[in-house]
Amino acid sequence: MLSIRNLHAGYGKVEVLHGISIEVPKSKVVTLIGSNGAGKTTTMRAVSGMIAPASGDIRLGGRPVATLPPHRIARAGMAHSPEGRRVFATLSVTDNLRLGAFPRLTFGRARGDVEGDMERVFGLFPRLRERRNQLAGTLSGGEQQMLAMGRALMLCPDVLLLDEPSMGLAPRLVEEVFRIIAQLKSEGITMLLVEQFAAAALNVADYGYVLENGRISASGNAASLKNDPAVQAAYLGRGH
Amino acid sequence: MDTLLQSLVSGTLTGTLYAMIAVGLTVVFGVMRIINMAHGEMVMLGMFGAYWAHEAGIDPFVSLLLWMPAMFAFGMAVQRFLLARVIPSGELNTLLYTAGLSLLIANLALFFWNGDYRTISLDYGMTPARPFGISVSIPLAIAFGLAIALTSALYLFLARTDTGRAVRATAQNPDSAALMGVNVARIDMITFGLGTALAGAAGVLLAPSLYLYPTVGEILIVKCFVIAVLGGLGSIPGAIAGGVLRGVVESLGAVYVSVAYKDAIGFVLFLGVLLLRPAGLFGVGRTS
Ligand SMILES: Nc1ncnc2c1ncn2[C@@H]1O[C@H](COP(=O)(O)OP(=O)(O)OP(=O)(O)O)[C@@H](O)[C@H]1O
Ligand SMILES: [Mg+2]
Repeated sequence: MLSIRNLHAGYGKVEVLHGISIEVPKSKVVTLIGSNGAGKTTTMRAVSGMIAPASGDIRLGGRPVATLPPHRIARAGMAHSPEGRRVFATLSVTDNLRLGAFPRLTFGRARGDVEGDMERVFGLFPRLRERRNQLAGTLSGGEQQMLAMGRALMLCPDVLLLDEPSMGLAPRLVEEVFRIIAQLKSEGITMLLVEQFAAAALNVADYGYVLENGRISASGNAASLKNDPAVQAAYLGRGH
Repeated sequence: MDTLLQSLVSGTLTGTLYAMIAVGLTVVFGVMRIINMAHGEMVMLGMFGAYWAHEAGIDPFVSLLLWMPAMFAFGMAVQRFLLARVIPSGELNTLLYTAGLSLLIANLALFFWNGDYRTISLDYGMTPARPFGISVSIPLAIAFGLAIALTSALYLFLARTDTGRAVRATAQNPDSAALMGVNVARIDMITFGLGTALAGAAGVLLAPSLYLYPTVGEILIVKCFVIAVLGGLGSIPGAIAGGVLRGVVESLGAVYVSVAYKDAIGFVLFLGVLLLRPAGLFGVGRTS
């Protein structure tokens, strides 16, 4: 569904990603793990068009998207729940969700049942339903994270990019986020997941990639990566 | 008592028109982070539009139907072909650029229309209406009603439509808006078009009540910039409150202090409010 080949990207003259390749098959969950500063967020940004890749090929359902601007990539079916949530603070919860469906409401994407999908998001995140008319900036951190995920789901994406959805959440909420990711997976949603909780991410994922200083150092079945001694030592030790 | 009521009423009427100009300025600032120094010239163009329409036998208020779409298109073109190229080079460059644009438009107007002071005299503008013993200029009252209608229409557009939501989201965080599939370049065009249309419409509405001349924009931009800052740059309710407040304070000042100090009193109000609330009455920030 999403295929990244030999991607080089960075900021200005500084190259952060030195030719990485990742395959995300349809209805599978792929996780990208790596230490701080390895380039995980940069990968997500390059895929959704927030930064223009220096070179490489990115395909969404076979269609090349590497040179498209971000709004065209979103219309092509890529939803990106960015690191640090980035909800629209002065807009209400429902306005944020409707914006997630913007290409379906205006142009570029089949409309479908927007109201029904909003109900579905409220079903996944009942807290959001209670606070539907509240401004997003007044939500708690955990609620904002749910809103960011819900907003991304409103696109009815072909591929969902989740960058650290559990960042800054209390342990109980982290579990909740992983439970929801598992549920989305069971509904057949294709996902690329970046997570600091590598063990939990490998549990929910089908495949995993390890990113080290902008290069893929290991990849494979999530289960086999989990049992790889090198991966265990670096990413699955105490505290993970 | 009657004088008080009279100055409250006329202050509110003119203040609402100030508010309409300031709203255009503040919406453009909120979304695009640029202060459009040529905003006053857009008002001036609207005034001349009304003047030429009147000369051609069309009621100035009816000419709104022509000038608003024309100014919307003009604003979109200015954004698309001029500003879009300058904005990436920084806020200061953009400010200087719009200042240059302001001079250019004013001087072209001077060249083609000369510097004469003109007025539009309407049959129904000769004698004021006198509801409850207060004297109300009929053209100003019509302008007041239309200004409220148009400003409310803009507000409803922003609050209720999907494109309006996209405008607000872009004002908040353009990068995230793009991730939602919003074409930020297009939203910038629409926003600048709306700001320009609102300024032009305010010009049309004001034309029967003011002297018009090519450099009238200079005074209006200073006044309305102050109002927008007073209300909190980027805030529509702030611009409306600031406009009405300024109109009322000016007109009370003119009666109870001195006409000569009318504008000075407006600035005292401005400095006073900013001293107490540095972000303005309804100050809003942008989240990163
Ligand atoms: N906006 C930016 N401008 C310049 N350099 C940046 C920018 N954002 C990130 N970098 C650099 O790119 C490298 C990779 O950063 P990135 O955010 O992709 O890491 P990450 O793997 O997501 O880390 P984390 O786990 O901390 O989120 C880092 O060295 C970082 O300093
Ligand atoms: Mg990151």
